[in-house]
Amino acid sequence: MARVAPTKKEKTNTLRAFLVELAVYAVFVTGYFFLVLHYLSGWLQELHLHHVKFYALVAIVLIIGQAVVLESITTWLLRLLRGGRSE
Amino acid sequence: MDFPISHSHISPVYLVAIGFLIGVMGGFFGVGGSFIAGPALRAVGLDWNFAVGTDLAHIVGKSVVAAKRHRALGNVDLKLGLIMAVGTMGGAEVGAQLIQMLKRTGNVNFVVSVVSIVIYVSISSFMVWEAWRTLQYQKKRRPRAKVPGTAAKQDESSFSHRTDAIQRFKLWPMISLPASGIKAISLWIIILVSFIGGLFSGFLGGGAGYIRMPMLVYVLGVPTHLAVGTDLFEIIISASYGTFSHAIKGNVDILIALVMHTGAAIGAQIGAISTQYFAGPKIRLAFVPLPLIGAAIVIYTLFTGHKL
Repeated sequence: MARVAPTKKEKTNTLRAFLVELAVYAVFVTGYFFLVLHYLSGWLQELHLHHVKFYALVAIVLIIGQAVVLESITTWLLRLLRGGRSE
Repeated sequence: MDFPISHSHISPVYLVAIGFLIGVMGGFFGVGGSFIAGPALRAVGLDWNFAVGTDLAHIVGKSVVAAKRHRALGNVDLKLGLIMAVGTMGGAEVGAQLIQMLKRTGNVNFVVSVVSIVIYVSISSFMVWEAWRTLQYQKKRRPRAKVPGTAAKQDESSFSHRTDAIQRFKLWPMISLPASGIKAISLWIIILVSFIGGLFSGFLGGGAGYIRMPMLVYVLGVPTHLAVGTDLFEIIISASYGTFSHAIKGNVDILIALVMHTGAAIGAQIGAISTQYFAGPKIRLAFVPLPLIGAAIVIYTLFTGHKL
């Protein structure tokens, strides 16, 4: 089936939706870092010194968590605000 | 800002900016960007062991974000990525063993430097030649999709006659990759391609996306957009393995990685979305400076003795 080229209005809407999602995501990602820094910094340092295998596991969970969970929350939040519509 | 795990003091703005730059590149080209991140972390005084391990940790996060975005755009072949992960692991181990062997003979730095310069310059030269020829060819005639319904993702290559010959090579078991528009290809060719990527990853360091992405396009015949997305998916697996391995050796400062990832996550989304606005040959042509930057860094290191 042939693909139909999007109109200029559709392109603008898609770009706007993407930029809004990106802005919300940026706020979450930054907030996430400060939360980790404030609450987990000391604990992570302790793990790095004395429980290095557990530290390795926590490090991977934290970095993937920042990537996956926050994006899912952003998408869910925006869908909720748009009343279930996806642009 | 103080980072107690690595006992370092680095500006978070610098880390976010580096992360953002690498994120855009990663999302657009499907590379990890360790050839820039490693020297960039080293330049602000982070020890080499922490620079390598922390860089890998941030690559995991950035690749997850970019691969997720590419997946939403239909640019990830999960079946191909999972098969390739097997070959990559094997190749990385052999590459690491080669390094150990060269260490024993005492000329590891010189051999690795020369090999990497030759590889980087060869990739760039070949891609300039191929992408330029394809663009010239496309100007002469309208592009034609090979598989109906995948017109936007299919792209032409002046090297496609060789790729077709590779796909026709019958070596059991033959598998199909519908997401990439490949009807049949030998499993062993995929394993070989990923093994070579892993070998260079273990031998030269980093994720080796600079060699894997071109091989996906030219050897396997995967359309460029899918090669970028699938390479990122594959990097998640190999970089996670590398991160875990470095973290248990105490080489990962997760707080630095999280700051870098703040910029990288945003950049990766922008890079991934941007691929939709460029045709395959143009992405390949824009890819050319990346291996050359890598070569320039190695040449600088070789002649001055200072690691960037």
